[in-house]
Amino acid sequence: MRHTVAIAALMGGLASAGGAMAQTEINVLRVATNAEQEAYYEQIAKAFEAEHEGVNVTFEYIANEAYKSKLPTLLQSNARPDIFYSWGGQTLVEQAEAGFLKPISDMLPEGFADTIPEAGLTAYSVDGNLYGLPLYATEVVFWTNTALTEKAGVDLDAIKSWDDFLGAVKTVKEAGITPIIVGGQDKWPLHFYWSYLALREGGKDIISQAMAGDDGGFENEAFVAAGKDFQELTALEPFQPGFMGTTYETSSGMFADGAGAFYLMGDWDYLPMRERSTSGEGLPDDQLAIVNFPAVTDPVAAGGEAATLGGINGWTVSNSAEPEAVDFLAFMLSAENQREGARQQLFIPIVKGTGDALENPFYAKVSKDIEDSSYHQIFLDQFLGASVGATVNDISADLAQGATTPEEAAAQVQEAWSFR
Amino acid sequence: MATAAASRRLPASERLRRSLGNGRVSAVLILLPPALILFTLFVILPLGESGYYSFFNWNGYGAPTDFVGLENYQRIAGHSIFHKAVGNTVKIVAVSLLFQMPLALVLALLIFRKTPTNAVFRLIFFLPYILAEVAAGLIWSFVFDGNYGVTASIAQSLGMDSIFILADRDWAFVAVMTVIVWKYFGFHMMIYIAALQSVPEDLIEAGRIEGAKRLQIVRYVQIPHIKPAIIVSAFFAIIGALQVFDVIIPLTNGGPSNQTHTIVTYLYTFGLTRLNIGFGSAVGVILFVAAITVAVFYQRFFMKGDKA
Repeated sequence: MRHTVAIAALMGGLASAGGAMAQTEINVLRVATNAEQEAYYEQIAKAFEAEHEGVNVTFEYIANEAYKSKLPTLLQSNARPDIFYSWGGQTLVEQAEAGFLKPISDMLPEGFADTIPEAGLTAYSVDGNLYGLPLYATEVVFWTNTALTEKAGVDLDAIKSWDDFLGAVKTVKEAGITPIIVGGQDKWPLHFYWSYLALREGGKDIISQAMAGDDGGFENEAFVAAGKDFQELTALEPFQPGFMGTTYETSSGMFADGAGAFYLMGDWDYLPMRERSTSGEGLPDDQLAIVNFPAVTDPVAAGGEAATLGGINGWTVSNSAEPEAVDFLAFMLSAENQREGARQQLFIPIVKGTGDALENPFYAKVSKDIEDSSYHQIFLDQFLGASVGATVNDISADLAQGATTPEEAAAQVQEAWSFR
Repeated sequence: MATAAASRRLPASERLRRSLGNGRVSAVLILLPPALILFTLFVILPLGESGYYSFFNWNGYGAPTDFVGLENYQRIAGHSIFHKAVGNTVKIVAVSLLFQMPLALVLALLIFRKTPTNAVFRLIFFLPYILAEVAAGLIWSFVFDGNYGVTASIAQSLGMDSIFILADRDWAFVAVMTVIVWKYFGFHMMIYIAALQSVPEDLIEAGRIEGAKRLQIVRYVQIPHIKPAIIVSAFFAIIGALQVFDVIIPLTNGGPSNQTHTIVTYLYTFGLTRLNIGFGSAVGVILFVAAITVAVFYQRFFMKGDKA
């Protein structure tokens, strides 16, 4: 690739006629997504190629789990992509420390970085170097089936605290309705509870404090309290029967089929859950509501009530990338393309001032939530890296089944963190 | 003897010339390298590498630099899920030896004779073994599904609440073992059938004339004759149990909460998917040592008879 461009430059200099332009290849690797989003990228690639002669953009897709396990090997080979999908967090730090990434601050078009919110840039920076750019933000919320909550007589607007929520779960259960649907087999849907409760109990900076090893690290009282809060919920047996044998995909379809009242999941599931429902239609918009994760009444440390949990997913640039690749990245994330993504309901755009293109009321609310958030915490199972993240998923599942204690759960995460 | 003694008296160079001359050494020199190189490249080197990596805390990015000595091994030794995984592996061995092999033997005794009906039954019993492991795991995960599966319909028709066996911490592994027995009994049955067909018919005939009952013939004629086959099949069962992986991943993925891991799924989950390559290598080394130990001991104590 480097040679191709060197030759291209040489030829460009020598042959003024420009008949023999060599191709510059830009390879983009993304986690597999739906057909609409693939078409969206295809369109962007075509538009970029039309503007830049001699540049060829190729998108490749790999399924989620395989992507995560293949990437380390791929990055060390000659077949490494120029731009690849990322969840940020510790994995990004590890990739940067191993020297696989390219700092791009100086290569971006003038003023481009200013169009991205600060939190988005921070998520893709390691030690002050920018290695990529965010594509969209997501938030984890309680999707609520209002037909069921109304039937049970729950006032959604009154759910402000964790205790209110526990009360609502009891009311729903007494009405003979399954309160919560969760895909326990995949564990990460359960980790949302522990993560959110830790943020609420410990304040918005609790995770960075724990990572720095302050106040007992992950054995801090806040994490233990989070485990206790979570077990107050699980003691009510709120989940569908056999929830530990339900995958995320199945749970998503079950909620859309009206099998339960609440479903703690990211905004991204809005379209997929419909596709996974038996009818293929899912719940109509007027039977669907978003409830934000409630605050706790007597937190260990203040300041966590306005924090949000979710993702800042985006793109990282590998060290084999040519300047054209960075140009393409900026092009892909232009306000115009972000608006188009929003218009097609593909994602909630992150570039400043593009949220107005969101016509979907749920997306618009999530977009506003993230804007108003005091701190947007990236999913712990991504943020803490593969190993510690998986441990958080494990202990969340164990807590949900009463197989471990809150203290032991916190200790396990700390142990994994100290040996990462 | 005399020639050996004579050759020992010859000078080394002469011995070399002679042995080269008779073609043995040159045959070795020509035929050994391809196999040796392949074996070294694909078996010895990776083994050595994982032994080396097991002393590092390494996430697979770049070169391993964080030397931690035996800490990976210490962590494995103290990890409750590893204990569970070893326990599960032992359970699979026990179930293979105590359920699977007797079942296979009984079926083999029923259908070893060459008749058309027996051929049909043989095919039916052997089918699970032909099926790909991942497919078998997936099929059974549907069977055990508490909402839509076969077990759910049975439970409902009996008027009971649905059973979510794969989501139950205590019962999920029973389900896994059931699938493993179902998957592999056909393989052992085939070994026994082949062995039973080679038991001389006149011995059985003679037993019958002497007034032996059917069970007595089985007990005193057929089983003693197929003992070598039983020993080999037990060896396969034990080594196979150490390697169980592909059935479990689609069935439970090691869950609920890591209760159904075997040593190999443990290695995969905690070593590979979590990018603890050093840790995973250490598990691999332990598994390798376990397999070698079992193989060597088994050879020494049970397969001795074969050599005589």
